[in-house]
Amino acid sequence: MALYILRRLLAVIPVMLVVAVFVFLLIRLGPGDPAAQLAGDAATAEDIQRIRERLGLHLPIHVQFITWFGNILQGDLGMSIANNRPVSSLILARLEPTLMLTLTTIIFVVLVAVPLGAIAAWNHGRWIDRAVMAFSVLGFSIPVFVLAYILIYVFAMWLGVAPVQGFVSPTDSLYRFFAHIALPVLSLSTIYIALVARITRATVVETLGEDYIRTAYSKGVRDRDILLKHALRNSWVPVVTVIGISIAALIGGVVVTESVYNIPGLGRLTVDAVLASDYPVIQGLILVFSFTYVLINLVVDITYAALDPRIRY
Amino acid sequence: MTTDVSFEAGARDERALSVWAATLRFLLRNRSVQIGGGLLVLMIAIALLAPLLWTVSPTRLDTAMRLRPPGPDAWMGTDPFGRDVYSRVIYGSRISLLVGLTVAMTAALVGTVLGILAGYIRWLDGILMRVMDGLMAIPAILLAIAMIAVLGAGIGSVIIAITVPEVPRVVRLVRSIVLSVREEPYVEAAVALGTPGHLVMVRHILPNTIAPLLVQGTYICAFAILIESILSFLGAGVPPTIPTWGNIMAEGRIYFQISPWNIFFPATFLALTILSVNVLGDGLRDTLDPRLQRSV
Repeated sequence: MALYILRRLLAVIPVMLVVAVFVFLLIRLGPGDPAAQLAGDAATAEDIQRIRERLGLHLPIHVQFITWFGNILQGDLGMSIANNRPVSSLILARLEPTLMLTLTTIIFVVLVAVPLGAIAAWNHGRWIDRAVMAFSVLGFSIPVFVLAYILIYVFAMWLGVAPVQGFVSPTDSLYRFFAHIALPVLSLSTIYIALVARITRATVVETLGEDYIRTAYSKGVRDRDILLKHALRNSWVPVVTVIGISIAALIGGVVVTESVYNIPGLGRLTVDAVLASDYPVIQGLILVFSFTYVLINLVVDITYAALDPRIRY
Repeated sequence: MTTDVSFEAGARDERALSVWAATLRFLLRNRSVQIGGGLLVLMIAIALLAPLLWTVSPTRLDTAMRLRPPGPDAWMGTDPFGRDVYSRVIYGSRISLLVGLTVAMTAALVGTVLGILAGYIRWLDGILMRVMDGLMAIPAILLAIAMIAVLGAGIGSVIIAITVPEVPRVVRLVRSIVLSVREEPYVEAAVALGTPGHLVMVRHILPNTIAPLLVQGTYICAFAILIESILSFLGAGVPPTIPTWGNIMAEGRIYFQISPWNIFFPATFLALTILSVNVLGDGLRDTLDPRLQRSV
């Protein structure tokens, strides 16, 4: 077990190294000279050369990478070009809304999708199953921002029951936090509810066909206990896997949702950085998001090994 | 003797043709293929016939006609610059489908080549797959946004930026097929008979990837259409001078409370197109690849 955890931890290193090399090369090898862009239109050749030396751009590329990567390992993600602040402090300042949005979304998805999938599987082939599957196909195809605007139209403009935009920290007002986060969470979660419900259904249908379920029936276990204690409990591995994997897509959805609902989180920071060509911030955000994704999936993998005695590595 | 040969070749052609025709007939029996494929064909027709279908030029400005609601003059209303939303939405279908299909084909092609190399050349496998693992660790939209930031806005860079994050998924798929098919007795037999490596690959291994690639390619196409619209919507995609569904929605954003049709009409086309491609993909998966049926 300890050996397995160690091996999985070590496997993170090459993945993150590839991410770092890619992020580094993307900006350095792209067309356009960062020093010239920094200097602005009125800069002379000497100005650009001075900036180049200050940034270390005159050094060989592998030296640049080692310096840059060394700084990152010490938590220094560089300085933002647009507003001259450390990238790490910009990211920290925008962390809370994004964290709250994603956590609320994941909790909501699990609470809705797993029961939905289980009910569909239990009623396999009946209308309720078909309804869940139809929702799953539709929900999977509707783009986040399309859904976001439909929800704004219905709940904020038509019914007037939800605020249109913004974010309120739960430490300021728990009620206003939920009022503001409700529509973003609904927009963001639909596609994952569709996905997770689909996987849950498929897995539970398969589990319900196992021999031990038939044994449970024949010894007189109640239907509810068969579903909850026997079938669902043995179906959680694929469900947790898909939740872990879909974190990557969730991060993409966050960028869009924060943009539509004007939430000052990391997603908005990403869009602002791209529009301002603020490369250090873009690099920092990709590294942070990718690292989070890799870390979550590492935890998911280790949880399996720790909790499910059937899994042996 | 010569007549025999030509006769045989003719027979083989006919049989090959009938195999494809039979496959097509088999596919068309599936309900999802019918619905998704039908809707997609309709969208492609709209995109191809766009110049005949639009009522005015999609880029014509008319400041006297700003933000009009849908009516006989402008079927889907006008945008903040007085441009006809209907004509713009019709034009936008061209960009969406162009990006979707190009990305799917490029990703499939590049991914197949890399996947075969990884599956067949052992020393390359480790390096290539670590690089793919790294690429897959970066969320697709972020990777695309970052690449656009570097490459600059434009249809070409949008296509590259959406293709790169999709390639690793194809590589993994093709590699896993190559690895499993490589051990099949008929491949062993071909190798034992002295068939050159590249012929084994093309004749015996590659055909096994066609069905799963078609399914995967369909999903990539849907995903690419979605990402393109998101990039345009965020202002990091196709330049705003070209009407795409994402651009139309981005321009209508601030006026959403006054004129929601600027968002809802392109949004409906976008959602329907993605839905049709996804439903087609589900149908293809169910008919072509029974192994995948239970997994998702």
